[in-house]
Amino acid sequence: MIEVKNLNKSFGDAHVLKGISTSFENGKTSLVIGQSGSGKTVFLKCLLGLFYPEEGTISYDGKIYSELNSDEKRDLRSEMGMVFQGSALFDSMTILENVMFPLRMFTKQNKSEMEDRADFVLKRVNLADAHYKMPSEASGGMQKRVAIARAIVNKPKYLFCDEPNSGLDPKTAIVIDNLIQEITEEYNITTVINSHDMNSVMEIGEKIVFLKDGLKAWEGSKETIFKTDNKVVTDFVYSSELFKKVRQMYLEERQ
Amino acid sequence: MTYLHNIGAYFIMIKDMFRKPTKWSVMKTLIFKDIDDLIIGSLGIVAFISFFVGGVVTIQTALNITSPLIPKYLVGFATRQSVILEFAPTFISIIMAGKVGSFITSSIGTMRVTEQIDALEVMGINAINYLVFPKFIALMLYPFVISIAMFLGIIGGMAACIYGGFSTLDDYITGIQMDFIPFHVTYAFIKTFVFAFCLATIPSFHGYFMKGGALEVGKASTTAFVWTSVVIILLNYILTQLLLS
Ligand SMILES: Nc1ncnc2c1ncn2[C@@H]1O[C@H](COP(=O)(O)OP(=O)(O)OP(=O)(O)O)[C@@H](O)[C@H]1O
Ligand SMILES: [Mg+2]
Repeated sequence: MIEVKNLNKSFGDAHVLKGISTSFENGKTSLVIGQSGSGKTVFLKCLLGLFYPEEGTISYDGKIYSELNSDEKRDLRSEMGMVFQGSALFDSMTILENVMFPLRMFTKQNKSEMEDRADFVLKRVNLADAHYKMPSEASGGMQKRVAIARAIVNKPKYLFCDEPNSGLDPKTAIVIDNLIQEITEEYNITTVINSHDMNSVMEIGEKIVFLKDGLKAWEGSKETIFKTDNKVVTDFVYSSELFKKVRQMYLEERQ
Repeated sequence: MTYLHNIGAYFIMIKDMFRKPTKWSVMKTLIFKDIDDLIIGSLGIVAFISFFVGGVVTIQTALNITSPLIPKYLVGFATRQSVILEFAPTFISIIMAGKVGSFITSSIGTMRVTEQIDALEVMGINAINYLVFPKFIALMLYPFVISIAMFLGIIGGMAACIYGGFSTLDDYITGIQMDFIPFHVTYAFIKTFVFAFCLATIPSFHGYFMKGGALEVGKASTTAFVWTSVVIILLNYILTQLLLS
């Protein structure tokens, strides 16, 4: 369980996060949604401890991050998995080595055990035949999936994904969404996903936090997001023609 | 103020380099890779430069000794002194600041820009230890490069001397053996170790703490080269004053 209280973050004069409070539960996939530039990435990086918020606290199962010393922080971090918006694969390693990397660093497994495990997660992200490619030889979507495989290979306690399915075709995107939800339940992980994809919202949004200009504008679940009358949320959700039609049908049905 | 801040950050980085070490099995491969990139990969250019600059030093000295009263073996002596004392340790280090330094800054800087360093940090890895420590260890072999530079500089001088007809082989050999002070070699290697430390850490610092995108990686490499050279030149002055006078 991750609890965020009154999180504030600025870059110089730009006040990017303006007092966000929320919480994310174990075993549930939580989504942070909002327009481009609304502060999703900054919010996630604050959770990860890559940005230091000026104000506010973040606690992981009761441990307040800012009160830990640097070794405790590192120990906590070794229980986190992160998928960066730009994948952030190590470009001097092959795809297989990238996925094996957390295992090499933090487990005592031997080479064949690590390879088996890496093989297993790579198959789960639909990448069974690219083990020996370098990241620069893989497509953007493949890199994304490798990044996901790397994030989950060591069974993290906390999983953060910054737009895990941007750049993927709709079919693969759904596979990835379902995969993340599955492992979240299976290993009781606390998962936070940044997204602006309404398909993901409908598929896996057990808890949804809506950010607008650095403020939490709304909070709810996939069941409630289509019923809310909050103008900010409806503007976002019904910006696509498809969802507008769905909404219309829903309203007509109710009459 | 920013200078003071950067100097502080630099020393904190040095301290962090030794904290929370990376697993040895992983570190070992990183060290071998860096030895290959930084040391083995520099041997060619260092050999080439040393040989020819050694030759030029000899020619210049020979041409400037016009008085018949000065013995011919002085050419060998002067070449040996300048190669061992200054040319190999200092001049080669400045060249290495360009070659090795820009490589270190740009490779670490690119990792910063593409969030690979963030990825390491998020995994709970001490990224400074992971990235800088193997370079530091690899560059502890740098004196080996410099001894090759010394040797080839003197050989280059010998070749130039004989083919240019400035003096005989015997005179040159007498010259390079004359009044040999072993401490001069010690002094040269003390300098070399200090410069090796600068070559590993200053470019790493500029790469690690850079901000921005690809353009800034290029700028950071240039800044790193300038600062590494400035520090090497200053330390050279200080160490020479302390050790030789
Ligand atoms: N390192 C930084 N320095 C200064 N400003 C930043 C920095 N990172 C983000 N910002 C600013 O913070 C705001 C929010 O950025 P953020 O990257 O969180 O958006 P986002 O919601 O993730 O958008 P997207 O969906 O496009 O990824 C932007 O206005 C951006 O300019
Ligand atoms: Mg973003």
